[in-house]
Amino acid sequence: LVFTEEDKYGLYSNLLFKYFLAEGIVCGHELFVASAKEHPDNILKELPAPLLDDSYRKELGDEAAAVKSEDFQDSMKIAWRYQNLPKMETSPTTYTKFGHYYDVSKKMSPELCQSVKWHSFYLHEELPFEPKMKTWNMNSGYARLLQSIQRIISQEGFDGSDPQKKQRNVLRIGIQSLGSVLWGDDVCCSDAPEDPQSLTKFLYVLRGLLRKSLSACIITVPAHLIQNKAIMERVTNLSDMVVGLESFIGSERETNPLYKDYHGLVHVHQIPRLNSLICDVSDTKDLAFRLKRKQFTIERLHLPPDLSDTVSRASKQDLAGSAKLLSSGCGAMAIGKKHLDF
Amino acid sequence: QGKFTLLRDTRTDGSFLVHHFLSFYLRAGCKVCFVALLQSFSHYSIVAQKLGVNLAAAKERGQLVFLEGLKSCLDLLFGEEEQPGQPSPLQFLSGSGCDLRALFDFVRVSLAGAGADSWNVPVLLVDDLSVLLSLGAAPVAVLDFIHYCRVCVCCQLKGNVVVLVHSNEDSEDEENELVVNSLCHHSDLILWAEGLATGFCKDVHGQIKIIKRLSLRQAAQQDLVQIYQYKIQDRNVTFFARGLSAAVL
Repeated sequence: LVFTEEDKYGLYSNLLFKYFLAEGIVCGHELFVASAKEHPDNILKELPAPLLDDSYRKELGDEAAAVKSEDFQDSMKIAWRYQNLPKMETSPTTYTKFGHYYDVSKKMSPELCQSVKWHSFYLHEELPFEPKMKTWNMNSGYARLLQSIQRIISQEGFDGSDPQKKQRNVLRIGIQSLGSVLWGDDVCCSDAPEDPQSLTKFLYVLRGLLRKSLSACIITVPAHLIQNKAIMERVTNLSDMVVGLESFIGSERETNPLYKDYHGLVHVHQIPRLNSLICDVSDTKDLAFRLKRKQFTIERLHLPPDLSDTVSRASKQDLAGSAKLLSSGCGAMAIGKKHLDF
Repeated sequence: QGKFTLLRDTRTDGSFLVHHFLSFYLRAGCKVCFVALLQSFSHYSIVAQKLGVNLAAAKERGQLVFLEGLKSCLDLLFGEEEQPGQPSPLQFLSGSGCDLRALFDFVRVSLAGAGADSWNVPVLLVDDLSVLLSLGAAPVAVLDFIHYCRVCVCCQLKGNVVVLVHSNEDSEDEENELVVNSLCHHSDLILWAEGLATGFCKDVHGQIKIIKRLSLRQAAQQDLVQIYQYKIQDRNVTFFARGLSAAVL
């Protein structure tokens, strides 16, 4: 269960959402798209086109290889201690066969879209809550969505209940802007919502459905609107993976020279720890994203060298402050400022 | 025997402790009732296999009673009408009753029922209690449930209870903090797994504080506090004194 906290204007989280669905289509998975904001048909029309020709990949690969061979010759003179450290890769240059790449400037062709079976759930077109359901003590919009998902899972055999099915497939569920006012939940508008447990109950039942079947789900939530932080904590506990996107639009970080190459930060709050004692811990937790004309990339955040002529005290402190924020971890969240001051 | 152990985690995931206790008690031949609210049976099964215990076999021979919360919840909400003699343990999710009585009855029946004598002391293991609050149970109901379980398991059956909760230092989840604080006061042993205060580190995953609450049993006794750091590996967790991680030595 991938839980994504939306950035303020929802631009980038929408993009991530579409990537998830597009990957599903390219892999031949079935899709289930739910939204209360945009009609799922429209969402599906705007998926990015996959880069299926190898020539583009080779091009990028050549570029990267050229850069590598150049730098290899220089040996470091001043900072020679660093010579032995592995070269830092900002973006993955080894093209493993996992996943596909997409071109954001082009839309996916309708033929490709139609090649997989997909189901949609648009809240405003759904029938009202069936009275014969037992009292669920949950927001009716969420309850209908759960019913719908459960129906698809059992009808299409994703939960293994139909042993005759020759080929098992995976269901990719995408739920957009859960928790927003459009779903009938006021958790995003008020500090003391009427039914604070609706969202958490929904997530619990969804988790149960996902565990029971061959499906994966991404949810985007306008977390910046939820004022009751207790709910966010509970939601984090109930999800497998929690990622937050923070875009720099309209914030003070837009003009910060540290971040001039990027459009926003990626905060990984939690990674899944399934079927194992340990989880896959990567080397660094500082990730940033940028949206180029054709590509949306997520890379490690690295500081550009401080080459400005006017290195005034004030700007240095500013950078230092941001640098401290950079090195704070996620799973072991830091009160870094207090302990690393010297 | 008759001990209440609280597993607590802050800023990190303390579930490795749950896996440890599960395999520990099963290997010791105890009858275990495991209320697993957050993960599926196969998850625990796979990890237990790495630790050398077969959960499916334990379930077969009646040593382990496993309540898979997720599955039980789905059965309750999507299944057919329940039989009158067998209410679902998670009944508080639907309907108007908001106490955890059905859950307690389930625990009581599984640990005190027939065939319980052939095993060592009974053990109740809960992973994790904070989820009950997310599902709509009131904090008082959760505390009542734990109280009833303690009376039944610790006092009457001389067994042990191990419970996992999450907490955060500057948490805004008051209900959760209320439950956690209250449980801390009643615990005989607290194992508190915390993420490092200085941030993320690849070689040291966190530190664990072991608090033996001697002050509970005898007045004028101080609690014994020990602190270690740990690193989690695939089949094992290594503990070491603070600052003496293998990466540093």
